[in-house]
Amino acid sequence: MTVAMHAIEIPANLDGNGLVREENRWRKAMASLLKDKSALFGVLILLGVVICAVLAPIISPASPHEQLLSRALKPPMWTDGHRTFLLGTDHLGRDYLSRLIYGTRVSLIVGFFAVFLTGSVGLLVGLVSGYFGGKIDFVLMRLVDLVLSFPFILLALATIAIVGPSLTVLILVMSMRIWVIYARVVRGEVLSLREQEFIQAARSIGGSHFRIIFRHILPNVLAPVVIIASLYLGRMIIIEAGLSFLGLGVPPPTPTWGGLLSDGKVHLYTAWWVVTFPGLAITLTVLGSNLVGDWLRNVLDPRLNSL
Amino acid sequence: MAGYVVKRVIQAIFLLKLVMIIVFLLLHMTGDPVSVMMDTDATLEDIAYMKKLMGFDQPLWVQYARFFKGAIQGNFGESIEHGEPAMALVLERFPATLEMALGAFMFAVVIGIPFGCLAAFKEDSLYDKGCVGISVLIQAVPDFWLAIMFIMFFSVFLGVLPSFGRGGWSHFIMPAFAASTYHLARMARLMRSQMLEVMRQDYITTARAKGLNEKIILMVHALKNSAIPIVTVLGLDLGILLGGTVIIEVVFAWPGVGRLVVQAIANRDFPIVQSAVFLMASGFVIINLTVDLLYAYLDPRISYS
Repeated sequence: MTVAMHAIEIPANLDGNGLVREENRWRKAMASLLKDKSALFGVLILLGVVICAVLAPIISPASPHEQLLSRALKPPMWTDGHRTFLLGTDHLGRDYLSRLIYGTRVSLIVGFFAVFLTGSVGLLVGLVSGYFGGKIDFVLMRLVDLVLSFPFILLALATIAIVGPSLTVLILVMSMRIWVIYARVVRGEVLSLREQEFIQAARSIGGSHFRIIFRHILPNVLAPVVIIASLYLGRMIIIEAGLSFLGLGVPPPTPTWGGLLSDGKVHLYTAWWVVTFPGLAITLTVLGSNLVGDWLRNVLDPRLNSL
Repeated sequence: MAGYVVKRVIQAIFLLKLVMIIVFLLLHMTGDPVSVMMDTDATLEDIAYMKKLMGFDQPLWVQYARFFKGAIQGNFGESIEHGEPAMALVLERFPATLEMALGAFMFAVVIGIPFGCLAAFKEDSLYDKGCVGISVLIQAVPDFWLAIMFIMFFSVFLGVLPSFGRGGWSHFIMPAFAASTYHLARMARLMRSQMLEVMRQDYITTARAKGLNEKIILMVHALKNSAIPIVTVLGLDLGILLGGTVIIEVVFAWPGVGRLVVQAIANRDFPIVQSAVFLMASGFVIINLTVDLLYAYLDPRISYS
């Protein structure tokens, strides 16, 4: 599956650092965004969600925490003409729309941090493993196999149950699994890059390992990292919601989409809105990130279609 | 080939050993379960006695040696809550989880693969675009939420399917389908892109040039050759499904391993958690091994080194 592309393209646009071609590729990607409707849609969704998260206190119609039992489980505005609560209230009489808007925060924080953390770790492991090969490579790749052979959700449940749920724990636990995906892909890329002329050239003029890895190889493996990050952001958000749903996410009263679903599940028979809206919010956000991921993959590196 | 098989089997055994160490450390991190087991009015002497009785006062490596000796015989200690062997309890629930995982797997294969193939055959048609669009959408839907929506529609609104428990087909269909959706959509997309890639290959052009029937070309040449990468993904998916239907099991009160683990975690009943993680991880290792060997068999170009 590895690379004829680099070998063909590099001699044409190379400026000596292997950087020009990269810049072209990224610029081309940006230009294609305006033509690709679904990608544009994805970017707009993600932008909207980020705005909701950042401006939550300003755009929320009410407090997400203020309880009033006398107004518990009021249906959405358009079904009973009640003017105050656009999406109704939850079982403790809290404004549902506000809780949904605040819920974006945990999802995005966990998603972005987990993706960033795993991206950095996986990138580093992949670079080292692929570049140096030999024993380091063998050990790191067995570690990857080990991580891949664990039932992730069960292990995540067990770990959170042992150390107790919190935002940090959640991010770390979710990162346990995903870094290996970056590591594997990056390693494969590095293996093929390692033998290319421009790397050989850099080595022959006495470039240090550090310089070769970070100046010459790194820019060429950033594309797959960005693609994986955007494709897995959505998965992360779903997993976070799932863990919160099981009561192992960020503890209440912080509103999370998974937590809203788990609170709402009990009222499934009487109040459809408390189980419907959080799922729609998750779906929309994940759809946005998947669309962006697909677009980046198509533009930057279509070979990664099995991710 | 024989050398490759031996090497992969040794690797798998090594992996299982590592899994065991991690499972052991996992339990050790939980602190001692004695304080959970004892009544609140137990004295310090009672607790110390119990600790000694269960061997929790021994050094770590002694505890590991004992754990390992038990583990290779399938003995992971007794469930703190039920007082029965933990592995037996997990194994008792395993058929339910396997049933759901296989069911979901079946949906993913039976629906995903034909839809993906058809989309590839009719590339850029309305049907193709529809398939791709729907599978992109499905991949964004959290399966446990879809499960809740199914319950709301089929159990509450229509009242045609039971909302919880395990029994006949009517109990099986909602959880299995909900668990399959993500894999189904991914399978369809992957099948489509594989098929498109294969159809661009020279040997397909050659077959066409020979004047072979288009149907034969697609069904025999294209399908067979695009099957190889699909096998790997299928194997991985089955592994993921086995260990990953936890939340669906909770939603449907499905009496499988996942739900047992969630309950065990709430009761801090860690021997059960350990047994389950070990069982699922072993299953995963064995499936991966099988897939790798199958892959080597299917694709003679692969190097056995």
